[in-house]
This record gives sequence, structure tokens and C-alpha cells, in this order.
Amino acid sequence: MMRLPLPVPQANVSPSTLRTLFLSFLAVLMAGLVASVPARAQSQPDISGIIAKFGNDSYSDTTDAVAALATSGSPQAAAVVEALAAGNLLYDPATKAVFIRTPSGMVDPATGAIVGSAPANLSPVRANNRVRRALDAAAGALTLLNADPAKRLDAAAAVFKSRDAAALPTVEAAIAKETVPAVKAALAQARAAILIGKADAPEPDRRAAIQLIAARGDQESISLLRSLPANSPPALKAAAEAGITKAEESLKFWAVVQNVWYGLSLGSVLLLAAIGLAITFGVMGVINMAHGEMVMLGAYTTFVVQELIRQKAPYLFDWSLTIALPLAFLFTALVGILIERTVIRFLYGRPLETLLATWGVSLILQQAVRSVFGPTNQEVGAPSWMSGAFQIGQLSITYNRLWIICFALIVFFTLLLVLRRTPLGLYVRAVTQNRRMAAAMGIRTGRIDALTFGLGSGIAGIAGVALSQIDNVSPNLGQGYIIDSFMVVVFGGVGNLWGTLVGAFTLGVANKLLEPFAGAVLGKILLLVFIILFIQKRPRGLFALKGRAVES
Amino acid sequence: MNRTRIIDRTGGIFLLAVLAAGVLIPASNLLLPPGNPLHVPDYMIPLLGKYLCYALLAVAVDLVWGYCGVLSLGHGAFFALGGYAMGMYLMRQIGARGVYGNPVLPDFMVFLNYKELPWFWEGFNIFPFAMLMVVLVPGALAFVFGWFAFRSRVTGVYLSIITQAMTFALMLAFFRNDMGFGGNNGLTDFKDILGFPISAPSTRLVLFVLSAVALAAGYVLCRALVTSKYGKVLVAVRDAESRTRFLGYRVENYKLVAWVLSAMLAGVAGALYVPQVGIINPSEFAPAQSIEMVIWVAVGGRGTLVGAALGALIVNAGKTWFTGVLPEAWLFALGALFVLVTLFLPKGVLGLAASLSEKWKARRPSSAPTPSATPAE
Repeated sequence: MMRLPLPVPQANVSPSTLRTLFLSFLAVLMAGLVASVPARAQSQPDISGIIAKFGNDSYSDTTDAVAALATSGSPQAAAVVEALAAGNLLYDPATKAVFIRTPSGMVDPATGAIVGSAPANLSPVRANNRVRRALDAAAGALTLLNADPAKRLDAAAAVFKSRDAAALPTVEAAIAKETVPAVKAALAQARAAILIGKADAPEPDRRAAIQLIAARGDQESISLLRSLPANSPPALKAAAEAGITKAEESLKFWAVVQNVWYGLSLGSVLLLAAIGLAITFGVMGVINMAHGEMVMLGAYTTFVVQELIRQKAPYLFDWSLTIALPLAFLFTALVGILIERTVIRFLYGRPLETLLATWGVSLILQQAVRSVFGPTNQEVGAPSWMSGAFQIGQLSITYNRLWIICFALIVFFTLLLVLRRTPLGLYVRAVTQNRRMAAAMGIRTGRIDALTFGLGSGIAGIAGVALSQIDNVSPNLGQGYIIDSFMVVVFGGVGNLWGTLVGAFTLGVANKLLEPFAGAVLGKILLLVFIILFIQKRPRGLFALKGRAVES
Repeated sequence: MNRTRIIDRTGGIFLLAVLAAGVLIPASNLLLPPGNPLHVPDYMIPLLGKYLCYALLAVAVDLVWGYCGVLSLGHGAFFALGGYAMGMYLMRQIGARGVYGNPVLPDFMVFLNYKELPWFWEGFNIFPFAMLMVVLVPGALAFVFGWFAFRSRVTGVYLSIITQAMTFALMLAFFRNDMGFGGNNGLTDFKDILGFPISAPSTRLVLFVLSAVALAAGYVLCRALVTSKYGKVLVAVRDAESRTRFLGYRVENYKLVAWVLSAMLAGVAGALYVPQVGIINPSEFAPAQSIEMVIWVAVGGRGTLVGAALGALIVNAGKTWFTGVLPEAWLFALGALFVLVTLFLPKGVLGLAASLSEKWKARRPSSAPTPSATPAE
């Protein structure tokens, strides 16, 4: 009696495990960027002397007090400045005491504590244009000195953009106080941006500023360096020229990196689409034109699961893909086994006829889905952990793309393990290498055929779950992938999973690297022509099988 | 030497039927009054002409698949190239009657701000040149493609897949506006052909008759080829390529001749198709179209030529009927046809008819059984 475990290892690698893996990976990635922020030790400076000045309600005193507040470093400063701007800073003409009016009552500006009994005849501290200018400057400066590092980072970026020379002293003060490296770097760049345009700043400072900006190496830095005033000393101009060249080189480098990333992303999509075909076509020799429809069925399974979750249990929405994965695998695997038992098993050894029969199956499946769900695109949502993006250097990485790359690799290696290390894999290899010998050894070849086809189809199904996140879920979904999938498998070498991996990523990266020069469509055409020529040179693909199994 | 007759009994019946259709259908259209049950209405003529073009295309596919063992998933490309060559001639004939009234540039070029005619449009205003291109362009593409592929001994599945890549690449290319072939709208709004208005019933009748003649001629040509000594070697290549090579035949040359000829026939079919349908656009290059052509051949009976033409007629008539009566059921029917024919009718309708007639003959022992030539995989 043979024990044949059903090929469900994909279900073991549940997405929650994936998520943990992925998050730890991200954590390592981000560690350098956003180091844990040390709490800023706040020695509470006494600002009651400054606050008292507001009590005079004279414009010049108010202006002085605002400027003093801006550099005081007190946590209360921002609240006071805001209150003054909003007309909520009140004073008592009799006692010169100052209060902030808040919805919860009068507050003492110096301490932030709620005052129990406030005098009745308070009037607001008045402001004129001079005061308002001081207020604006103070607001900017106070954000630069804000206790929250993220706010400080934003403020530094704002100064970098505005290049307001008036902010220079505050920026310098902020740099001196700053403890978080990332914020300090941003502040230094903001200072450099101001210095470049400030003709009266000392030359060595400006030279250092030019070098700092050039090191950024992005589009912004090039336009900043170009904005160097024409009356600057020649040495500075030369430095700026050198900086522009440097920045342009860096830009080119990052453009290539970006394209490689897009290529990897495309490669992972190709890998996902092709990997099931590598089993049904590569290992079994069935030209499975219904492969794309298996991907489509997987995507529709995701859609159905999400619809059910939306109706019955919306709190599970973030888990919808995790739930859909095993279901999509099982469903498409069953459909695959059904197709194998009813159609394909009569056609082994006649590959070109499997092509026609499976094409017929694909037409039926497409039309069936169209009849049930309609011909339009279905809405498949992204769980929260798949949306958003982050930045490495000048490279913007979206989470869903990153996920799909990881997912494609995990599926690939799991499949490799199944084929190399499980009894099922052993039987599959035995049957495909020598069917009659395998049968003589007691392997039930028919059953293995069905399970192998089910495995290939199931993998196409889980590819569909992933692709539902980046493609339109419509009855035509599969059609778009079938030709690419065949190209990948044939290019990589039929019957070789590693070939499929290398083929998918090679074609993906090559496609994206060609795009800037040739355009999207022409790039694709060039790639197809390349594959046609490549097949002439190596008719059995990149990693050709050797030995007797080749001659069929 | 026992030579096979070029026109055997099946072929004779087929030729008679095609030529009879070429005479009787126009006669019924012209002579019978519209109320007569045998009257073929005007709108049917281009439809039937279209079927005849498909039948010629199927014969071309059968020549390479049935006799040479090359399953082409890219014959739609040759068909469409022939069609585009004809379409370019028809576009040039429009002249100043286009929407923009430019005497030289077709409308889409004016729309896309072309200043002058692209070089590859030169000469297409001359009918003989355009007709030459109808066969030369698909033939040249097939020659280059086949020369490389057969020399490198790309066979079987690999060959099928790269033919598919070829037609897919061409489809993408023709969809581009800056290719100069009208982008995704293709070529349309034709006015006249050789001075005759293209949508006039009489022109359509002539085109129909020409299609019938082309089908008959294409059949006789292919049949002459496959019954010659060359054809015997071709079948040997199909059934045992390595063995034929070891016997000293230059296998790639034998394949190349059939391949190029087939592509040219497909081009002719495309050229006849375009004026009857009135449009050619890049969707003709779609790989799905090419796969559908293969099923015509499979339905009729691979390796019989007559069967291919018959299959094209059956499937397309079925398509017209289904899309009129039950549009959403057509893909189910087509899909089921693919599956059922490959499973239960490996020799197609013609094979089925042959085996039925053999059974019938077996009951009457007077006639001797004839061995039937059937393609092996």
C-alpha cells in the first residue's frame, strides 16, 4: 500500500508565517534608517519671565517675547505661540497675569496647568504685522525644536524646500541641539540649501554646503546647485559644476537600480505565473494552454473569499489573502485533477494534441467564469499590510511588490523541496523519467499523473491569489499570462525548475532595462525576437536536460 | 512506381463542389428572385467568401501540419500580412476621397501628423506590385523564420511556441501607432478595388468567385505537391525526421519549401479576405486566432487537405450560427469541440466518414479494402 501525501505543503507555509518573516526582514532593513529615538531629556526651562512680557500688551515686548520663546526650548512654547496666533492668549489688564483660553478652561502659559479661578475681565494680547511675522518664524523654529523627531524631520524638509535665509539661525541652533542622526542630517542639508543661495555667507561654509548637497545626488540637488547665484566666486562655481556631474551620475545609478527593482518585480510575477506551468508543461510534457485560466480561477477564489468576508466577518479582512491561499490551492488543484482525469490522461505522449484540448478547456473555463461573474473587472482589495511604500535611497519600494517577490521565491523553493524531498516528488520524477519502469516498480502512474497535474494547477491558483493584487481580476486575466509563461519555461529550459527561476528574473529585468531605451511595447517585441533567436541557438533552453530523458 | 493520383475521388468531389459553389451561388444570387427559397441574398455573399478564404488558409495550415509535422501557431501572421498588403493597396486607392482629403496620405497618417508617406508604403498604389507583396512578404518572413528554425532543428513543441511568439510580437508591433500601419484601428474605409466600388454586389460576387477559384487552385497545388516524390519525403520527415536525415535527405530544405509555400497561400487567403470583410486590424495576429485555425484542420481531418477546408467551413458556419442564436454559448461549443475532436475524432470528420464507409463496405465483401494514409504523431 502506498502512502501518498497530498501535495499541500503550500498550505503549511501560511501567510502568517510569511508575515513574521517579512516583518523581521523589514525590521532589519529599517533599523539603520529609523533608529530607535532616544527620548530627549527635557530640562524644563523657566519661561515665566518671558510670559510676563505678554502682560504689557506692547507690540515690541510681544515681538521680543515670541522670539525668546522660539529659542527657549520649553515644551510650552509652541502652545503659547499658537494661542497668540489664534487670539487665545489673554491677559488681565489689572494684574498683568497671562492666560491661555482652551476649551477645558484657562491655562497657565508657563506651566500648562489649568487655573482654577481666572479673573473675569480678560482681554486678548494684540498682534500687528510685525508680531505676526515673528510668530511665523517662531512657529517654524519651534517645529524644528519639536519634541517629536518625525515633526522635526518634516520641518527640516520644509526649510530645505523653502531655502528661507531668515531661518538660518534657527536651523543652526537646531543642529546644535539635535541628537537624532537622521534629523541632524536633514537639518544639515537644510542649512546647506540656505547657504548655497546666501551670497554673503563665508566661502568655506558654502563650499562644504555644495559638497553636502551634491552628495544627495537627486534631482533636487541638481536644481539646487544650478541655483547657485551667478556672482559667486569661480571656485564655488567649479565646485557646483563638479557637484552637478556627481549628482547626475548618482541619478543615473539610481535610475538603473529602480529599473532593476521593477525588473525583479516583473520577474517575480513571471515566476509566479510560470511556476505551475513548469510542472504541467516542464515536468509532465502537457502543453497546458488552460494554465492561465487556473491563475484566473485562483484570483476569482480570492474575490469570492473577500466578498464573503466583507459580508459576514469584516474584521477578518486583513486575513482574506491568507484564507484565500489554501482555498485557491485546493480549488484549482481539484479542477486540475478533474481536467487531467477526464481529458489529458488520454493524450499523454501526444503533446500537440494536449495543446488543442487544453485550449478548449481554457475557452470553456473563461466562458464559465464570464457567465457566473460577468465580463467586467472584479474589485479585489488589498489588506492593510500590503499597501504603502518605503524608501531606500532614491528607490521607492511598495509593499505589495516586495511581498509578491518574497511570495514567488517561497512558492518556488517550497515546490523545489516537494519535488526533491518528498515521496510524491520522487514518484513524480520517476514517472516522468520512465513511465513504464516506474509502473513496474509499483508506482500507480495514473494517480501520480493526476496529483502532479493537480500540484501544477494548485500552484497556478495561488499565483492567482497574488496576482489579484496587481492585476485586473477579469475572465481574461489568464490570457495575458499564458504566452509569457511559456516563454519563461521554454527560455529557462523545459523540465528544469531552476531554469524557470533564472528565466523569469532574466526576462523580467531585461524587459525593464530595455524599456527606457525602446519603450514598453518595442522592448517586449525585442525580447520576443531575442527568445526566438535564442531557441535557435539552444533549442532546449538555458538549462537543458541531459541524458536519455531528452529524446522523447 | 506506384504513383498516387493527384486528384483522387475525395479530391474530385471536393473540387467539383467548390467550383459548383463558385458558379451556382452567384447564379442563384443573380437569377433567382429574392422570394425564392434557393435565392442567396446579397449579404450572404461576402460571408460565404470569407469562409472560402478561411478554407484556403486551413489548407495552408494542413500542408505544414498534416504533411510536414510542423504545428504552426503563427499562421495568422502570414494571413494578416497578406491582408495588410492588400489593405495598403486599398488604402492608396482611396486617394483624396478620405475624410482629410489628402491625395497621398491615408487618413490615419494625416491624423497622426505624418508629413510624407513611409518608404514601405511606396508602390502599393500599383496593383501588380501589391499582389506581389501579398505573397512575397509572408513568404519572406516564413523563409527567414523557417531557414533559422529548421536549420537549428527546432522541432515539436518548441517550434509551435516560437511561431506563437512570432505572431504575438507582430501583433504588438502592429498595435503601435508609429509602425505606420494604422495602429489598433488597422486599415479600413476602403472605397474601391481596380476601379470597382468595393461594396457593390457585383464586386463582391467577383471576389467570391475568385476566392472559390483560389481555394480550388490552392488545393490542387498542395495536392500535387504532396503526391509528388517530394511529398513522399515530406511525409517521411513528418513521421521519422531523424531517420529521413540519416537516409541522406536535407530535411530542413524539404520543410522549408512546404513552410514558405504554406505561408504564401495564407497570404493569398488574407488578401482575398480583406476586401470582402472591409477591414484588417492587428487582432488578426492574435495567437488565439492562429490556434483556432489549427482546430479547423483538426475538426476536418489532419493530413487530408480536403478535411482542412471542410473543417474551416463547418467551424465557421457553426460560429456564425451560434453567435446569432446563442452568443454566450459559442465559446462553450468551441471549447467542447476542441476537447471532443482531440479525444474522439483524431482523424476528424473526414476520418469518421472514411471509417463509416469502410464499415459499410465491409458488409459487402466484393470491394477490396484500401489502406488509408494516416498521419502519425
